[in-house]
Amino acid sequence: MAKTDGNAYTVIFATVMVIVVGGILAGLAQGLKPAIKENERFEKQQNILYAMGVHENGDDTGAVNFIPTDKVEEAYTSFIKESFVFQNGKALDGEDAFKVDMKKQSKLSKSERKLPLFVGERDGKKFYVIPMYGKGLWDAIWGYVALDENLIVQGAFFDHKGETPGLGANIKERYFMDDFIGEQIMNGNKYAGITVAKGNNDPINNTKDDNEVDALAGATITGDGVSAMIKSTLKSYIPHIQKMK
Amino acid sequence: MGLLSKKDQKLILDPLADDNPITIQVLGICSALAITAQLKASIVMSISVLFVLGVGNVVISLMRNIIPSKIRIIVQLIVVATLVIIVDQVLKAYAYSLSKELSVFVGLIITNCIIMGRFEAFALGNGPWRSFLDGIGNALGYGVILIIVGFFRELLGSGTLLGFKVLGDPIGDPVTGPTGLYSIGYENNGFMLLSPMALIVVGLIIWVQRSRNKALIEEN
Repeated sequence: MAKTDGNAYTVIFATVMVIVVGGILAGLAQGLKPAIKENERFEKQQNILYAMGVHENGDDTGAVNFIPTDKVEEAYTSFIKESFVFQNGKALDGEDAFKVDMKKQSKLSKSERKLPLFVGERDGKKFYVIPMYGKGLWDAIWGYVALDENLIVQGAFFDHKGETPGLGANIKERYFMDDFIGEQIMNGNKYAGITVAKGNNDPINNTKDDNEVDALAGATITGDGVSAMIKSTLKSYIPHIQKMK
Repeated sequence: MGLLSKKDQKLILDPLADDNPITIQVLGICSALAITAQLKASIVMSISVLFVLGVGNVVISLMRNIIPSKIRIIVQLIVVATLVIIVDQVLKAYAYSLSKELSVFVGLIITNCIIMGRFEAFALGNGPWRSFLDGIGNALGYGVILIIVGFFRELLGSGTLLGFKVLGDPIGDPVTGPTGLYSIGYENNGFMLLSPMALIVVGLIIWVQRSRNKALIEEN
């Protein structure tokens, strides 16, 4: 085995290996990019539609059922009527709300941040779907909350990058997301957001005007992240929605 | 198993019991703690490790005569990371929903010490076919423990199995109240969802295993 112990051999081996592996991975990533991008676009459309109540949750299994990928494009164009991008209190012209990268925007200061808003219509009712992006315990969390013109939540969808399976990861389960439906974000005339609360003693969420939903056991930080994300995001949209109605 | 010789059979069967990676070799404990709060996550993780360990062992075994011994650990890491990324990218393109389920495991697979442990202990010194069998055997042994732990943690912690409410509904209908076991006062043990309980369950498995097979008890 002497030939594999020399320094020159080691350096050459390392170099060749890095080039080969780098080449394989770069080629693979390039080749698969269009398919991955397409999947991500469908997913975003599914999520937006889900938040405004366009889904196939007909059965009672409690599973999250999106509009299937082959139909989502069509459904999206028929349900989402308009979209806007706001910045610093004004609507921007010529911006595609769908292409706004929420992760990038979350790092900008408040006055520079672009706020995309999707306005959908279902059964003659208007829905304002608001994308949001925040921090959970381990990594990013994000979601879409649909409000009606009275600022009552009509639907919510949450997702995460790496929350703990069985604990924080359950924010994307229906029993958590469905709790938000009907919840108010205003407390009288004051803005309150929605808090994921541990001690609200209302596990079935009968009280819709307490600005609270029941938390997930064992997922305090993820829940706090959801509360903070909702609270900070929705606030900047209220004036825009009130102007529109 | 007429296909395999006695020696090859041992490679598959030993890790399932008397040479189990988790309970005897004490490898892969970290991921056993992290993801066993749900049975489904345990199963998905087991399958992922089965794939990566099987293929990785073969790749390392094929390269065993040309890997410089000074940087062999780094080479092993690169092989694991490359395999995992390839799987992740292909799934993202062709099975998007599955890749979303797996996303959290990708990092855990790369750092899983079973994989490095088997590369180092077996694949570097054995041929591809035997390495493949060793990889499959160890991944199965790992999976068995993961699934046992996941089963008890989800059952006792959440009262569900694979998401189905097998013990009844703790909240139930607003009028009739809880159903199943919960109607007679049973409560879920939320403690089971926390990682320390995984260690305790693994400890119980080790206890059962060693009291059935006294040869496994170390003398000290």
